[in-house]
Amino acid sequence: MAVHTFESEHEATSTGLPNTKLAMWLFLASDCLLFGALISSYVLYRGSSLVGPYPEDVFDIPYTSVSSFVLLASSLTMVLALAAIQRAEIGRMRVWLLATALLGMTFVGGQVYEFTTFYREGLALSTNLFGTTFYVLTGFHGTHVGVGILMLLSLVSMSFTGRITPRDTMAVELVGLYWHFVDIVWIVIFTVVYLIPTGK
Amino acid sequence: MASVSVPAEGGRGGLLRRPTATTGFWSWITTVDHKRIGILYGITAFAFFLIGGIEALFIRLQLAQPNGTILSASTYNEFFTMHGVTMIFLVVMPLSAAFFNYFIPLQIGARDVAFPRLNAFTYWAFLAGGLFIYSGFFLGGAPNGGWFGYAPLSTVEPGNNMLFYALGLLMTGIASTASAMNLAVTIINMRAPGMTMFRMPVFMWMALVVQLLLAFALPIITVGLFQMLFDRRFGTHFFDPAAGGDPVLWQHMFWLFGHPEVYILVLPAMGIVSEVLPVFARKPLFGYQFVVFSGIAIGFIGFGVWAHHMFAVGLGPVANTAFGISTMIIAVPTGVKIFNWLGTLWKGDIRFTTPMLFSIAFIAQFVVGGLSGVTHAVVPADYQQTDTYYIVAHFHYVLFGGAIFGLFSGVYYWWPKVFGRMLDERIGKLNFWLMVIGFNLTFGPMHILGLQGMPRRIQTYPATLGLGVWNLVATIGAFIIATSVLIFLLNAIASFRRPKDATADPWDARTLEWSVSSPPPAYNFEEIPVVHSLDELWHRKYAEREGGVVVPVPAGGAGTEPTHGSGGGQEGHGPSGHGIHLPGQSYFPFVAALGLPLIGYGVIFHLWIAVAGVVVMLAGVYGWAIEPASE
Amino acid sequence: MPLPRPRRTLPRTLVGAVALIALVILAAACAPHATQDTLKPAGPYAQKIDNLFRPVFWLAVGVFVVVEGLLMYLAVRYRHRKGRREIPPQVHGNQRLEIAWTIVPAIILVGVAIPTISGIYALAAKPSGQILEVNVIGHQWWWEFDYPGLDVTTANVLHIPVGEPVYASLCAAGLGYHGQVAPNGCQEQSAYGNVGDDVIHSFWVPELAGKQDVVPGRTNHLVLEADRPGTYTGQCAEFCGLSHAYMRFKVVAQTPSEFDAWVREQQANAAVPAKGSLAAQGQDLFSGVAGPGTGWCIACHAVQGLKDANGNPVVQNGGPNLTHLMSRDCFAGCIFAMNQADLERWLKDPPAVKPGSWMPSYGLSDQQVRALVAYLMTLK
Repeated sequence: MAVHTFESEHEATSTGLPNTKLAMWLFLASDCLLFGALISSYVLYRGSSLVGPYPEDVFDIPYTSVSSFVLLASSLTMVLALAAIQRAEIGRMRVWLLATALLGMTFVGGQVYEFTTFYREGLALSTNLFGTTFYVLTGFHGTHVGVGILMLLSLVSMSFTGRITPRDTMAVELVGLYWHFVDIVWIVIFTVVYLIPTGK
Repeated sequence: MASVSVPAEGGRGGLLRRPTATTGFWSWITTVDHKRIGILYGITAFAFFLIGGIEALFIRLQLAQPNGTILSASTYNEFFTMHGVTMIFLVVMPLSAAFFNYFIPLQIGARDVAFPRLNAFTYWAFLAGGLFIYSGFFLGGAPNGGWFGYAPLSTVEPGNNMLFYALGLLMTGIASTASAMNLAVTIINMRAPGMTMFRMPVFMWMALVVQLLLAFALPIITVGLFQMLFDRRFGTHFFDPAAGGDPVLWQHMFWLFGHPEVYILVLPAMGIVSEVLPVFARKPLFGYQFVVFSGIAIGFIGFGVWAHHMFAVGLGPVANTAFGISTMIIAVPTGVKIFNWLGTLWKGDIRFTTPMLFSIAFIAQFVVGGLSGVTHAVVPADYQQTDTYYIVAHFHYVLFGGAIFGLFSGVYYWWPKVFGRMLDERIGKLNFWLMVIGFNLTFGPMHILGLQGMPRRIQTYPATLGLGVWNLVATIGAFIIATSVLIFLLNAIASFRRPKDATADPWDARTLEWSVSSPPPAYNFEEIPVVHSLDELWHRKYAEREGGVVVPVPAGGAGTEPTHGSGGGQEGHGPSGHGIHLPGQSYFPFVAALGLPLIGYGVIFHLWIAVAGVVVMLAGVYGWAIEPASE
Repeated sequence: MPLPRPRRTLPRTLVGAVALIALVILAAACAPHATQDTLKPAGPYAQKIDNLFRPVFWLAVGVFVVVEGLLMYLAVRYRHRKGRREIPPQVHGNQRLEIAWTIVPAIILVGVAIPTISGIYALAAKPSGQILEVNVIGHQWWWEFDYPGLDVTTANVLHIPVGEPVYASLCAAGLGYHGQVAPNGCQEQSAYGNVGDDVIHSFWVPELAGKQDVVPGRTNHLVLEADRPGTYTGQCAEFCGLSHAYMRFKVVAQTPSEFDAWVREQQANAAVPAKGSLAAQGQDLFSGVAGPGTGWCIACHAVQGLKDANGNPVVQNGGPNLTHLMSRDCFAGCIFAMNQADLERWLKDPPAVKPGSWMPSYGLSDQQVRALVAYLMTLK
């Protein structure tokens, strides 16, 4: 986001990679361990809940599949946004960034709806280990998506104030990296949490 | 500060105009200069060192004799917890960060770190976290569940004590993670031309390894701390056996972070020692590559030994065997380092300056800690040793006799570079000898106490255990350490009453930071240096004749870089300091960090405070993003 | 170059300092008498550990002497001499040395690893043949010992027969623990029940065995054995809150016949005090027979054979079983001697004498305290 500053000046670096990009990769690598620890906690406690509701009682796989597809689709629009700014088409970039943010918001909205449904079916954060690990894991992911949406919208608004110009492809690329990462993490979560049966 | 932006008159910016104060309070609040941030880290860490030391003195007074009554059980638990939390998270880590901040750009030939404002943010976030944890003392109780915060004690004990722990460490964790990204990128990406990875000083290598350890260890404890926080505050069951949860999960999370943390604490000191020994033995580091690779190996294997903190937990013989063996393996690269340091002394011309003495004591004492460490790896022996004072002795030999001595070595070594004044050598030696004697008197006997059956974290012990004598000796030693620290403080203060007369290179040193004035100019290097070899500065000063005879190079001779640029410059930088582009100062890192403790208090006391914290933080982040560039 | 002038005495002082370190460490051998000493094993399991530790310790001392000696030698031998101007040869390293000091320590460590592994497995195995099984239950902050099959429950003082391996199952139980332990451990889990509500403790009696953590929700095992009769002290070794230091216990090792006699005594019902005595008044206060507002004790404590105001037998509910209280020589985590003065002090205000005690102060009158203690002292 820090676009016009010392940080992202295109100086010659030792590796040739821009500092911001290297930092983003490092951050994402570090974030992998964050999700690794959360997913491990979920897997460790899979089937350990002493009382219901259990995953099969609340999961609506078709519903979550659709919202997962929406999130995945947002990766495509993100790619298109980057391609647009690389061709110096700021207007088109705005459209694709907004589309990405919109898809992201649809996903988060779907998650909020899912959480309320589960809650009404009796699954609270403190109900059992499933509730504990499920909400915290998917909640962390949802927060990541939320931060991503904020960044996307910031890019769009900054493009109107002239802080994002066709020269600032790196800013879009960085947000894109983050966005794709969050999508990939969701694929793992969706598989581990929703698709692999618990056996209880 | 040559470049500090002249803000565009009136127009762009307004509220967002970047601050320009170069002296006074606001210049420090808004600074993004890695050197000033390094000094801030150092002073703050030293202040916490004094506080943590006072806690230690109270602990020692309480334990000096059987049935001590100086502290109540609850105060004692707060003090030993805060002593550990302070010394690890608020002293050794930030003191290392102080050296990293100050010397990474100087040693690799850069003008600043990769992200100067992020750098400022990490300091303020660290400070916020430290003050937040300590505010517990005034808001109902400081952390009291041990620095290791084992669940379920940490999740079921009444009071907010451990909430201060979880939230405070999350804040310092954010600071360290951001700092790790920043400094790792700086080292990887901002080296001067010719400064290949294997021409970097060992301190830079250790700095890089530490940043990577931080980047990969901190997320794990972050998750653990969130789980603890959620268990306490929001009724989750991560560590609740009554709901099927497993308290041992916390231990895995904690030590999966906690053991790399040990190397996060000691590798910087190893790096410093690897800088100091060659300078004062007037020889290059023996086996540079082996020291570097063993440092990398230690960092790597450090992720595979965590359960050696848990031999008595009941993980079963297979796990205990595996972790016992991996722990023995990590002794090998550690030994390699020690032997290479000895090799550095071999045939040297050793000058016993204060930094050198601290480095030699580092080796002597670290060896003791390493050897007692090997006795822990003998798993059945550890069944007796774990959670006793034998362990307390072991890790103080590593973290005080090792890390703190190494850091003191660095303080004496780099003081003239940072402040332009020498510390007094005679007072320094008094400081050193008192610290060596006090340290060994305090922690040497703890080996015996542990083997005689004194468990850790007890606020009292009965006379019948026969532990009184050595405990008294340890307490006396602790006060000798305190005296030595006071003497250091006097030395530091006295140095500021002397003229600022340190030369650029008072020790006849080997690395680039000594090629610029003491203290260095704001822009570090007038011209970005071009590096031709390891120990670049040494090679500018000395040349090796046939037959291994080393002779000084006449000034301006072969291999010497011009120290004053003349027009044009390289890499588009302006000549002789003027017009060198420096990052502009900023209020926003401070503002963004200010939001963190507000969020923390909000989680503990009232949601609205947290909302205010989020608003402050977002204001900081957005101001940061949209404030004008410095020019 | 303003180099500080080197002083000749420095290396000598350095040698002195290191000699001091060595002295302090070696002084371990001649330490004052300690009763909880890991270096004085009194049974085969502690002995196994000692047999491993001692050679490794001396090996470490050997390495210590070599490395520190080398360090001191190099420091003294290559110290800067006055007037020396030449710069030492710039040696960068030596491959062969590097390989040597990588491989030699590795070989030594392999030598250490092999007995370590066999030691781990030897200590983890459940002994066969004649063994005594005990359930050890850690509470904040006292120890409960339950002998499955013998129908004996006691607290703070563990009795064991000499020469027989004791296979301890360790579990943590909270305030609401009901005293029922499955024969082979403490895995009984009820949804949100009380078993396992407690925190982590660690059971440690250094002269008989290494320590083993007591983890809520898990059952750990530890084997201990005493070679000779005697009393061995132990204490909780894992930080467990306010009174962690006050969670001590004793192990009394007896000859098999003495142990059998002790078991028979423990199996008997509690003594009944003489009618009209102060102790009988105390019993009524204890059980609630004295009327409403009394009977605090049976909320947690059991006395075998005692009945409450409704005529129901009292059951253990989180507090120590007091049936044969006076057969133990200490109480409340073994920080008080079992005598009238200490019992009275305790009953008046437990949290005042033991920080955080779960047993609250009931604001008993002096008369009530005297009567209750008189009753307790009949529980032989």
